[in-house]
Amino acid sequence: MLDKTKIGHQFQPFTIEVEKGRLKFFAKAIGETNPIYFDEQAAIKAGHKSILAPPTFAFTIDLDGPELLPVLKLLDMDIGKVLHGAQEFEYMANIYAGDNITVAVSIKDMFDKKGGALEFVVLETRFCNQDDALVATALNTLVYRN
Amino acid sequence: MLNSTTNTLQNINEDISVGTKLPALVLPPITRTTLALFAGASGDHNPIHIDSDFAKQFGMEDVFAHGMLSMAYLGRMLTNWLPQSNLKKFATKFTAITQLHDVLTCSGEVIELFTDNNESLAKVLIKVENQNGVSTLVGEATVVISS
Repeated sequence: MLDKTKIGHQFQPFTIEVEKGRLKFFAKAIGETNPIYFDEQAAIKAGHKSILAPPTFAFTIDLDGPELLPVLKLLDMDIGKVLHGAQEFEYMANIYAGDNITVAVSIKDMFDKKGGALEFVVLETRFCNQDDALVATALNTLVYRN
Repeated sequence: MLNSTTNTLQNINEDISVGTKLPALVLPPITRTTLALFAGASGDHNPIHIDSDFAKQFGMEDVFAHGMLSMAYLGRMLTNWLPQSNLKKFATKFTAITQLHDVLTCSGEVIELFTDNNESLAKVLIKVENQNGVSTLVGEATVVISS
């Protein structure tokens, strides 16, 4: 069983610069056709300050920390047994190319189902920009197949 | 709520009511290339999505799609419909695995209109289905329709 005493654990925050090239690559990978997501001039023409990060890009900023999903090491989880159970975002403001986003992740909850055959870890993430404005929050539920 | 999104928030004047359907988004079949590109672009380097040997070692038939790839497709559908600044909440559950060669369709329907903080909002039921009609993602989005 995963160590439930780790509920409430806060991981070391980190800061990621949102790069234009990365947003273009992301847009290509998801087949995005709206140029505000990959062409800076089109984004500016549409009233944005630069290329707009699409709604799920915050998850990528989270993954770009110094270690991929540090929860795996903390809870001694095997990445091959992890599934993504649920994902939620709330948005307060847009994220743009050039922003520096500080990511703070904590373990919000842990529980199990089917007599421990499936365990769940809920991670809460707060995303703040360079002006200390909270721009988004996220809840990520990981499922662990024992 | 005043914040930096206000300058691009748009009042939606077209008719949005309970039962309004969003224009669906039909995606090309999922290929290994799709998954390789998404692994690199998204930063999700979990080998279970890109390395068949690894996937089989963990009891899977083969590599399978990242849940967040499908959620990104749903995001495309939502921002094709309304400007992203109107999107307040976006939540999904991953209810079935998306396999190689699956053809996904994103769809959405307005299920509730409500007011909060002088803003008119709509709750939208969103889902992704594969070619067999199996729902792979199911969730809800909350969007501002006027303020």
